[in-house]
Amino acid sequence: MEFIELHNVYKTYYIGDIDVPVLKGVSLTVARGEMVALMGASGSGKSTLMNILGCLDHPTSGEYWLEGREISRLTADQRAMVRNRQLGFVFQNFNLLPRTSALENVAMPLTYTSDLSDREARHRAREVLVRVGLQDRLDHEPSQLSGGQQQRVAIARALVNHPPLLFADEPTGNLDSHTSEDILRMFKQLNESDGITIIMVTHDAEVARHARRTIHIHDGVIVNGEQTHNPEAGPVGTALGSGDTV
Amino acid sequence: MKVYRTIRTAMKALRRNPMRALLTTLGIMIGVAAVIAMMEIGAGSSAAVQKSISSMGANVVLVMPGTATSSGISFGSGSVTTLTPDDAQAILRECPAVRTAAPAVRARTQVVCGNRNWVPSSMYGTTPAFLDVRDWTVVDGDSFTERDVLNANKVCLLGQTLVRELFDGASPIGKEIRVKNVAFRVVGVLGPKGANMMGMDQDDILLAPWTTIKYRVTGSTLQSANQSAAAAASSTVNTLSNLYPGGQAGLYPQQSEVQAADTPLPVRFANVDQVLVTARSAPEIPAAISQMTALLHERHHIRPGESDDFTIRDMTEMSNTLSSTTKLMTNLLLCVAMISLVVGGVGIMNIMLVSVTERTREIGLRMSVGARARDILRQFLVEAVVLCLVGGAVGILLGHGGSTLVRMLLHWPVQTSPTAIAASVVVSAAVGILFGYYPAWKASRLDPIEALRYE
Repeated sequence: MEFIELHNVYKTYYIGDIDVPVLKGVSLTVARGEMVALMGASGSGKSTLMNILGCLDHPTSGEYWLEGREISRLTADQRAMVRNRQLGFVFQNFNLLPRTSALENVAMPLTYTSDLSDREARHRAREVLVRVGLQDRLDHEPSQLSGGQQQRVAIARALVNHPPLLFADEPTGNLDSHTSEDILRMFKQLNESDGITIIMVTHDAEVARHARRTIHIHDGVIVNGEQTHNPEAGPVGTALGSGDTV
Repeated sequence: MKVYRTIRTAMKALRRNPMRALLTTLGIMIGVAAVIAMMEIGAGSSAAVQKSISSMGANVVLVMPGTATSSGISFGSGSVTTLTPDDAQAILRECPAVRTAAPAVRARTQVVCGNRNWVPSSMYGTTPAFLDVRDWTVVDGDSFTERDVLNANKVCLLGQTLVRELFDGASPIGKEIRVKNVAFRVVGVLGPKGANMMGMDQDDILLAPWTTIKYRVTGSTLQSANQSAAAAASSTVNTLSNLYPGGQAGLYPQQSEVQAADTPLPVRFANVDQVLVTARSAPEIPAAISQMTALLHERHHIRPGESDDFTIRDMTEMSNTLSSTTKLMTNLLLCVAMISLVVGGVGIMNIMLVSVTERTREIGLRMSVGARARDILRQFLVEAVVLCLVGGAVGILLGHGGSTLVRMLLHWPVQTSPTAIAASVVVSAAVGILFGYYPAWKASRLDPIEALRYE
């Protein structure tokens, strides 16, 4: 069993009487420690796929196995627990709490895990902030930080629960090219030295080049050769280096 | 997720926008302040009204002798002579709900001073406790004492009307007046009371020890002051001279008046016309009545089923009027308070709804990092409750300060009401929960995907 396995996932939205199929049988395997870029035009279903992978949504049909656990049939509360313990999110627009210090922003996810004392939580938040290089910005509020710094706070927040899997939704979309390089380097470093699996959604081929594997999605199906499967064919685990490599 | 952590998260969220939090809670603050100030001023004035009514005798219970009946002929109220001064003492001693008890004998006769005379509308022989019962003060001189009562000393207190009529307003202290030819020394003047609720002049009064009135003025040991009975009584003990001879021939050699006055016969039994009793407080009146009834049954050897030889009356009507007025006032104030609190609550709901909309992204983010729907619900609910409680606390301080200011500047009577304070805390928490629930529920129902994408 691989780290992430998607079997024949369909997602259909029902708007009034009209069925809008968004994902049409996606099967996908991601091994632990991979860094994957998910590419596609807008409307291709990459956000929907991302939401399903990120346990924010559940598929209409199909199976989603994460670390050997079937996720798609979990209740909303159970999915919240999975998001808290196993996943980290980094967003395009950072989504930091305004007028709240970097340290408290990073410690925020820990308030939903009851097994840490306040002191431990702050200690851990400081640790991750140091790791993203913001040791001297602990008490700064988002408005006092540059875009790159804000994104690094967001990364620290995603890492504070030590998740094995990190989702980045257009992480460099709001950053200039120089800062983007920094952030992407940080992702790479996290992936290589800490073994965190990273799934990065982007429409920018430059960004996708940093990933060791790119999955193209188009019209609800995965299009690049080895990732597009016949629904009957079953999942195919793909080794590192497939797709575009740096 | 621990409760204190939720509270802290809520506090942090509120501190992010302190101005808005302040304005939001202003409604509750003003509401609670109004409640507290109203309650305190209301309680103060109601206590003041109660006090002034009780000075007229709202807590007074009257014990009267009952009716004597002979061959089907009733002699009317007060015609049995079984109520004694000892009963009064026993009531005071043995009834815990009774604060004071004063026996009283009544007389109605002429008072003479020099060339002036007057018939006071009430002349009471009693004990010093009478002043306490009627909440009466002595403005000039002193009251007579228990020793005066024991010795049947010829001392008296005069009401304002008597002072005016007999002394033309000059101080009568130490002067002598004659009551039915018995010389009394005036020891004190009672404070003015004015007319009572029936329009009778309460200052037209003479108070003396009951022994003096009983033995020296009315001169009867076994007769009541019942008008028809008193009319026949004329065996006057007189220290000066027997001005109105009319006595019948006695069986025994008659003592001279001086002898009789110097050696009063030991009195085994004396009846009084009424006993005035005050209960410790208005609510204790029924208890006082039942205690006295039981005690007098025992003392008068009245078996169950026999009719009482006494009647007990209280000022039920007066205290009922008082309590219904107070209740009406309190309820009115409560209505006003409720309305202002509801308005405050609507304000809270309004701002919480705005806040939920404004913080949709934050809610989405919190959900994406693992907050469950109920965590979000709890966070917003706690925020509303914290707002309300803080507003309530400030409101209590403001209201209390306001009523203190009223007391100091306007000299209105004010009474701190712990019940109102406790109720305000509970009500503001309830308002927080009630009006905070809908916005919190709305927040918790947000779809994290939609919420994250919300602009």
